[in-house]
Amino acid sequence: MLIEFMMIFLTLVNLIILSTSRLSTCIKVIAFQGIILGILPVAEGHFDIQLVIFSIIAISVKAILFPSMLLRTLSQLNIHREKKPYVGYGMSLLIGLGAIVLSWWISKNLPLTVAPASSAVLPVSIFTSFVGLYLIITRKMALTQVIGYLIFENGIYMFGVILPQKQPLLVELAVLLDAFVAVFVMGITIFHISREFDHIETDQLSTLRS
Amino acid sequence: MLLALIFIPFLAGVLSLVSRNANLRYFLLGFASVSHFTITVLFWFFPPAALFNNWIGLDRIGQLILSVTSGLFLGAGFYAISYLKNEKHQQIKDFQEDIIFSNVPEAIFICCMLFLLASMTFLALSQHFGLIWVAIELTTLTSAPLIYFHRHHRSLEATWKYLMICSVGIAIALLGNFFLAVAASTGGEKPVSLLASELVKYANVLNVKWLKAAFIFILVGYGTKMGLAPMHTWLPDAHSEAPSVISSLLSGAMLNCAFLGIFRTFQVCTAAGLADFAGDLLIALGLVSMLVAAVYIIRQADYKRMLAYSSVEHMGIVAIGLGLGKAAVFGSMLHLVNHSLTKAALFLVAGNILAVYKTKRTNDVQGMFKVIPVSAFLWLAGILSITGFPPFGTFISEFTILKAGIEQGRFFVSGAYLVLLVIVFIGFATICIRMTQGSPEQGIEKVALKQRILSVVPPAIMILLVLVLGLFIPSSFKNFLHGICMLVGGN
Repeated sequence: MLIEFMMIFLTLVNLIILSTSRLSTCIKVIAFQGIILGILPVAEGHFDIQLVIFSIIAISVKAILFPSMLLRTLSQLNIHREKKPYVGYGMSLLIGLGAIVLSWWISKNLPLTVAPASSAVLPVSIFTSFVGLYLIITRKMALTQVIGYLIFENGIYMFGVILPQKQPLLVELAVLLDAFVAVFVMGITIFHISREFDHIETDQLSTLRS
Repeated sequence: MLLALIFIPFLAGVLSLVSRNANLRYFLLGFASVSHFTITVLFWFFPPAALFNNWIGLDRIGQLILSVTSGLFLGAGFYAISYLKNEKHQQIKDFQEDIIFSNVPEAIFICCMLFLLASMTFLALSQHFGLIWVAIELTTLTSAPLIYFHRHHRSLEATWKYLMICSVGIAIALLGNFFLAVAASTGGEKPVSLLASELVKYANVLNVKWLKAAFIFILVGYGTKMGLAPMHTWLPDAHSEAPSVISSLLSGAMLNCAFLGIFRTFQVCTAAGLADFAGDLLIALGLVSMLVAAVYIIRQADYKRMLAYSSVEHMGIVAIGLGLGKAAVFGSMLHLVNHSLTKAALFLVAGNILAVYKTKRTNDVQGMFKVIPVSAFLWLAGILSITGFPPFGTFISEFTILKAGIEQGRFFVSGAYLVLLVIVFIGFATICIRMTQGSPEQGIEKVALKQRILSVVPPAIMILLVLVLGLFIPSSFKNFLHGICMLVGGN
């Protein structure tokens, strides 16, 4: 039951992120997702000390470190809202609802070799990845694109959690480290973009062609 | 010894970040590249033992990629020392637009170069699909600051595109890795681990549907990093805006590294009997890459972008060679080496041209033979080599792939391949030969060779090696390449 509740929450926060223009709300949603993802492996039922330690590390990176880094970047920028995305917020919400239906349909037809602990995890993981990619494509601001990248990676991470074959702990940690360095480098790049252009809208980055 | 190979560049990078002395940093860069190269050469005579339950080990394909990487880095390292010494440290006026910019601090630049070497080495030695993924992402992150060496808006745009597109691509490959894990979990029994050797060994019990999905996702993901069209869009921007020495490393070494990820997955697919399925996908992407490159190379106005699109083309050729299988794999592996050497040399020479002419427009460069005769000669030789002209090694490798394609009766693939090669040749020849001839514009002075000896020796050696590979391939090296072909069912 716990997992189902978590999945419902995840779906709802994904919809929030599709419909909000406030960047700080997006970052809070990232933190929230990080907590749920960190608990998920433990909530799935297997309880061993290695898993708990990894959960604590995952939560502190995904739910504390990433959001605080993004908030710090945001405070340097003096921007609060994404004003003109390529697709409006109402429309995004509608597309999001369609994507929920689609991801449940896809996951019903996927021939998983071993049944996961809860049938809700797979569709929500597909939906989360979709939301991440959708943000990267339809938003103009560099910061929102980084947020989209993180959500995309969260969705993929969820898919990894339901696998019967766990990745070795070392690999999981290395993947986390990579994501950390990625956010770090992207944060610095955004800072330079804002200093160079006085904004962080990537549709203005269009000098280089053919 | 294997760990030393990763840690020498890593530690040298950390040291160069904290050191305040410029000469010490140059020494560290030189020392790390020389010692890395020496150890790599030693591995050819004394094969190292695998570590950590075979997670870190050196197999043949890894050894090939590692050697190419190490050799190119040796050349690029010394070129970089000469480049950094000549680069001004104050504000610089841009030659394309009316803007002023500064460079990234040298300490960070050298540190990232060494970290890039460490991560590429790590990738070549990784035998576990999880580690391979981690290493490929690391190469992206360590090379992004290098593209942003000249701090102006164009390089920033290139860096951002590179970071975003490659990160998303590699995230897709992570999903592919998970699919591979699903394919490897066979229900009741203990699942097969994601070690490359284990997966190949137990390939017959893998779930075929999921393996197919895994290959598609990994091909798209790592294909983004390798520069296969239509996921190549970051490549021309990054290669044209980065300093030339970095372009040569990205093009010559890093693209191969991404290819290694695809190669290992392909190896699992062939062992599971999916060689036709995976091969056709590789051929399709390869042909699209060659087509896109040919379209953009003709009438290209920027010579560094031209070289970048040529990288897309050659990665396409390598993919086609691997996809055709059998004898073509030999050509593909040989082509990997030839392309890396030639392209790295060409980018280094392009850096010399840029330093003298201060323009990237092909129309504004004339009379190279009168201004920089040695570089002009290398440029001409490199262009002939990159277009697959005999007696260079690229001719042998491209011809091997063509011959294998015809022998297998894939006439459409071979025909398209040949036509696209000819189009690229015409595009290159008309643009580049014009650059060397004629007389230079006023104000461009002849540069004494002595001043920049380090900037012509590395590309000269690379071109010479390609020439040697075209005239004569040592039988031991031939056997080595045949050994790689056997990994994917070739001969």
